[in-house]
Amino acid sequence: MNAVDEPILRVSNLSKTYAGGFEALKDISLEIQKGEIIALLGPNGAGKTTLISAICGIVRPSSGQVTVAGFDIARDYRKTRALIGLVPQELTTDSFESVYNTVAFSRGLFGRAPNHAHLEKVLKDLSLWDKKDNKIITLSGGMKRRLLIAKALAHEPRVLFLDEPTAGVDVSLRKDMWKIVKELRESGVTIILTTHYIEEAEEIADRVGVINNGEIILIESKTALMQKLGKKQLILDLSESLSALPAAINRHDLAISDDGMKLTYTFDTQSERTGITALLDDLKAAGIQFRDLNTTQSSLEEIFVNLVDESSEKNSAAVNGAAAE
Amino acid sequence: MNLHGVMAIYRFEMSRTRRTLIQSIVAPVITTSLYFIVFGAAIGSRIQEVGGVSYGAFIVPGLIMLNLLTNSISNASFGIYFPKFVGTVYELLSAPISTFEVVLGYVGAAATKSIMLGFIILATAALFIDLQIAHPIIMLAFIVLTALSFSLLGFILGIWADNFEKLSVVPMLVITPLVFLGGSFYSTEMLPPFWQTVSLMNPVLYLVSGLRWSFYEIAEVNVWVSLGSVLMFLLICFSIVVWMFKTGYKLRS
Repeated sequence: MNAVDEPILRVSNLSKTYAGGFEALKDISLEIQKGEIIALLGPNGAGKTTLISAICGIVRPSSGQVTVAGFDIARDYRKTRALIGLVPQELTTDSFESVYNTVAFSRGLFGRAPNHAHLEKVLKDLSLWDKKDNKIITLSGGMKRRLLIAKALAHEPRVLFLDEPTAGVDVSLRKDMWKIVKELRESGVTIILTTHYIEEAEEIADRVGVINNGEIILIESKTALMQKLGKKQLILDLSESLSALPAAINRHDLAISDDGMKLTYTFDTQSERTGITALLDDLKAAGIQFRDLNTTQSSLEEIFVNLVDESSEKNSAAVNGAAAE
Repeated sequence: MNLHGVMAIYRFEMSRTRRTLIQSIVAPVITTSLYFIVFGAAIGSRIQEVGGVSYGAFIVPGLIMLNLLTNSISNASFGIYFPKFVGTVYELLSAPISTFEVVLGYVGAAATKSIMLGFIILATAALFIDLQIAHPIIMLAFIVLTALSFSLLGFILGIWADNFEKLSVVPMLVITPLVFLGGSFYSTEMLPPFWQTVSLMNPVLYLVSGLRWSFYEIAEVNVWVSLGSVLMFLLICFSIVVWMFKTGYKLRS
């Protein structure tokens, strides 16, 4: 593999078991290319924050290896940590410090010489420049969130971890955040974000990873994921109400609405034959007329919920199986 | 070496002192002045000389040591405990900085503050008594080494503590009694023989005695034994800090 193909982040067989025996990460492997935006989705306690913390050096992995730009996070920690910026989930700040000083502190801590011009740019990009002399305690929650991003960007990292960046943030600020993330990607920064908000992943991510119970269930490009797992539905608005489905169209596995005015046909976009033509032919033969038709595709949220449910069912089955043995 | 990182921590900690100037500097100076007024002038005038030195002058090294120990511990312990408490420690743990550099930043700043305070107290004392320093280099060595080693102890305490009570229990219940019973305000020769022997088990006695020798050439124990004890304590504390960072004790899960 040449230098161009070398992933900016490679996680190999990473596991973390806490002192109490809780397995937070189970044999996680993933590769992230330079300039990508990856969204890690997962319910609470899935292992998202532990994964980020292990990569950043806050949590010690029990086994496995992580490299950043080809450098090992344990052996070459100075090189890897200098490449990484982390925006934590909690709004943890030094309340009595000024905005500018705390950002300058972060830059120095990460081994970079003072650079007023860079800090000014970061603070201006995040609309914090006019607050630079204010004490952090006086900032609003949204501003504190932006300040944490500014701190993480102060040392010009190449990989940025955003742990639930828009948790508790209003809609307008969330959109601002998405804009910032997109601009950062344009400047060549690789972004890995965890989120509860599916629309966030849908809006900004190139690839989506789903974590549950410490395992990566799936990691796919967003479009491929939608195509692969997305189910489409054809909804027919009938001209006249049906009390029951005629036998002639029973083979199509249709759902009828309570008022009998809507038929819903679910099909797989990836299958060779969707069955739509046959359904329409059968409807015509049965004399069922419709006023309108439209199609809908399942959202990432539905895909996510299905995946997590399936994974949880598998885990419970495995646990029950083991218990039975 | 991540010198920018060390300086960032050092500057941050020093700016915290500026923000809390009254608590950090003014309060110890006022307290010390009160000691001089009460012990030096009011009671001291009725006490005969100790080892050929007026009582007011005799207590100066003890007062400096009392402030050095308590402030070194509280400065360093608060410096590392507060980021743990508010959660900003994540930044320290994810930064490209070694254990030694982190310690250098925090302990360096805590020791600097204590040393400054030591000299401020010395200057305050000069307002009340006729001060003489026989061995200024030895005095400086004692002040610097004590400030460094007890700042390290404070750093250990800050990592160990998981609440504010634990943070204050060691300075209040261990250090202050040891300083008061370590000959800060009296010579152990004034004690019965049994308690003189017991006093020798008090590590603070060696510090006070060594510092007092640098002022007036009077000591409870040999000055080189005192100096050796401080150096040994410094090494022990540093070894504990290295172990804490290597194992991630109370820092990394």
